[in-house]
Amino acid sequence: MAKAIKIRKGLDLKLKGKPEQTISDVSNSPYFAIKPSDFPSLTPKMVVKEGESVKIGSPIFHDKYREAIQYVSPVSGTISEIKRGEKRRILEVIIKADSEFSSETIDTSGDTKEVILKSGLWPFIKQRPLDIVADYNQTPKAIFVSGFDSSPLAPDYEFLLKDMKEALQAGFDALQKLTNGKVNVTIENSNKSTSVFSSINGIELHTINSKHPAGNVGTQIHQIDPINKGESVWTVNALDVARIGNLFLSGKVDFSKTIALTGSEVESPSYYKLIGGASLTNLVEKKIVSDNVRYISGNVLVGTNVGKEGFLGFYDNQVTVIPEGDHYKVSFTQGWLAPGFNKLSNSKAFLSALLPKKAYDVDTNLNGEERAFVVSGQYEEVFPFDIYPVQLLKAAITNDIDKMEKLGIYEVAPEDFALCEFVCTSKINSQQIIRDGLKVIEEECM
Amino acid sequence: MKFLRNFFDKRYEKTNKKWYPLIESFETLVFTPNHTTKSGSHIRDGIDLKRTMMFVIVAMIPALLFGIWNVGQQHYIALGEEVAFMDKIMHGALRVIPIIAVSYTVGLLVEFIFGIIKGHALHEGYLVSGMLIPLIMPVDTPLWMIAVATVFGVVIGKEVFGGTGMNVLNVALTTRAFLFFAHPTSMSGNTVWISGLKEMKANGTLADGVSGATPLGDLASMTTDSPAYANIQDFTENGITFSRALMGDYPGSIGESSVYAILIGLAFLLITRIASWRIVVSFFAGGFVMATIFNLFAGDNAYMQLPAIHQLMIGSFMFGMVFMITDPVTAAQTNKGKFYYGFLAGFIGILIRVANPAYPEGIMLGILIANVCSPLIDHMVLNGNIKRREKRLAKASA
Repeated sequence: MAKAIKIRKGLDLKLKGKPEQTISDVSNSPYFAIKPSDFPSLTPKMVVKEGESVKIGSPIFHDKYREAIQYVSPVSGTISEIKRGEKRRILEVIIKADSEFSSETIDTSGDTKEVILKSGLWPFIKQRPLDIVADYNQTPKAIFVSGFDSSPLAPDYEFLLKDMKEALQAGFDALQKLTNGKVNVTIENSNKSTSVFSSINGIELHTINSKHPAGNVGTQIHQIDPINKGESVWTVNALDVARIGNLFLSGKVDFSKTIALTGSEVESPSYYKLIGGASLTNLVEKKIVSDNVRYISGNVLVGTNVGKEGFLGFYDNQVTVIPEGDHYKVSFTQGWLAPGFNKLSNSKAFLSALLPKKAYDVDTNLNGEERAFVVSGQYEEVFPFDIYPVQLLKAAITNDIDKMEKLGIYEVAPEDFALCEFVCTSKINSQQIIRDGLKVIEEECM
Repeated sequence: MKFLRNFFDKRYEKTNKKWYPLIESFETLVFTPNHTTKSGSHIRDGIDLKRTMMFVIVAMIPALLFGIWNVGQQHYIALGEEVAFMDKIMHGALRVIPIIAVSYTVGLLVEFIFGIIKGHALHEGYLVSGMLIPLIMPVDTPLWMIAVATVFGVVIGKEVFGGTGMNVLNVALTTRAFLFFAHPTSMSGNTVWISGLKEMKANGTLADGVSGATPLGDLASMTTDSPAYANIQDFTENGITFSRALMGDYPGSIGESSVYAILIGLAFLLITRIASWRIVVSFFAGGFVMATIFNLFAGDNAYMQLPAIHQLMIGSFMFGMVFMITDPVTAAQTNKGKFYYGFLAGFIGILIRVANPAYPEGIMLGILIANVCSPLIDHMVLNGNIKRREKRLAKASA
């Protein structure tokens, strides 16, 4: 049954650098990468060597423990480098692109699951609990797709998907075959009448008001059909549903995407067409207004700091460029004693509280030092779950598996704690704590 | 600011590493460090613990200023002298500022020692405690007692548990409770609330009709053989009237008598959302309910006859409500738990105040008891959440 969800808790961060709705092309970057670090708890097993040539859709590595999950090349070219870190852990597999692309052909007539696994699109399907690539041996109780992204400066899915109805429909048809339950899609309440999702068949369409984290699929799952111990649900990003749909329509994998280049340091933020895994160099060339900046693949709350020469993350549809905050701030003018007209804060302790409409350019400074939990009730204001966030974090910090289970670790992903991390007076890195907690749960309980 | 930056950078170069926490503590007063986010949320809220704590101190300023004036006021009333406003302020400042100085010096010294041992800069908790301690002391408490009690409060009340954010009991109240039980004659009775009263008594300069008792002392005497007032009407009409209770110009601990000054602080803390309104409201409700119960079953007990709202406006109830019970570390952590926690503290505080003649004021003990209970309250609230989750699971698997 479709639900109209209302959440009261949450926070929309008003940042400068919203993307305008124009799409431009970027000249193809010469280098692309697949990064195992985009996939938590993955142990990759290489199937190609440096210097080998690959096509679009050729496997690069697969999951060592779940061999059917392949990670494939987004372009055709040659493997130029396999970057390794400590203990020879693979950090990045870099592919030098050819000028002409050719792709592997895929027979889409077989079993849906087999087709998606073989195509290399499977990693787009994630599971909860654990927030990892879905386990193909299981059948989820339902599949959840968020129809919009409410994170700061996020791309507008309705805008990106407005001409892709056919692909979306094909994608949802495929997802429907993966579960015995429902395929739940949640859209913004304000888009109810115009949404591209409202004409899709075979899905359960819910609406939610738009305060972040309303667009996080975790929030939606919790409101619609919360996960109990022993259950699993799968989630797919709406844009990637269309990608899966395209596979079934054309028989080819296509990793091209339209991303939003956003943030206060971007000259004119807008949308750009490129291919997944591309190096950011070409994209950001001549578009950044200052020097000391951070390049984030993804949004400011959950994205990855990749650097100017870095690569677009596997799941990311957004690149954000914000100023670095690696300088000292004088407390009287910019720090803890300042009046704070230009301090973005969920507290009411700065005069910026009087300017609710203002948009801010926020740098990466911690704005304080790390402390023990002191202030209480802060996380609860931005955490629309029937879960006690601080207590769950404490259980995770102390590796108390029993407590984590009881307090709802199965229902959350690190991204659900992103706002808690933002508002925290004590500057505690809650997302990493939850990720570590999930790792313990995976090792001990799964 | 460049020269300050250079100054701190040089200190780091020239000093042994083990003293870094000390430099850092002072450095971070002037500069927010250049620490940046690494992963996760790349931007962070502007608020930090320093600003939070500073706001609590700012909220205490009205109570402190009133306290300084009131110390002078009571002193000259006891002497029977009429003096100018500034003279009262002068006298009050001379009595109160040493207490503040001792509290901060001793407390911060202990904090620095622990900080250097543990290798971290000063955590801001004591900045608030250090101001709370003077405000809840009788003005004639000897300075050495304050020093000893502060060491006890910081070490046993906080550092043994791991420092700021880890303590079970409110540090300032631990300090006061220590003094109350270790040196009861300096913390209660009729001779400690007005500065210089003992000397006046000895020299015979005490004005006629000045007893030196607090309103609570007077009220407690109503159930004894030598009541300060004939009956409760006498107290509320000729003694501490309701408006005088709000004003606070009567003997008491330094910062806790003026309801007006405290309410200014409360408004500031609620508007800036530093204090939890849940705790404040429920604490008031708890005290009010208990005082009303006493009203209903008062019989001929004059203390219990005091109207509930009047009861809450005297003594340290309001001060405790704004500055003590709202300490987020020792309070219940869950939003639901905060209601129970505040109510419990207010309820027990008034209960002890009125029902137990050994303690002229019960708010301190009420809050400390609620501090001890707060983990239990949270545990029960969490259990409710866990039960809901288990029920959902049972329903899903049925």
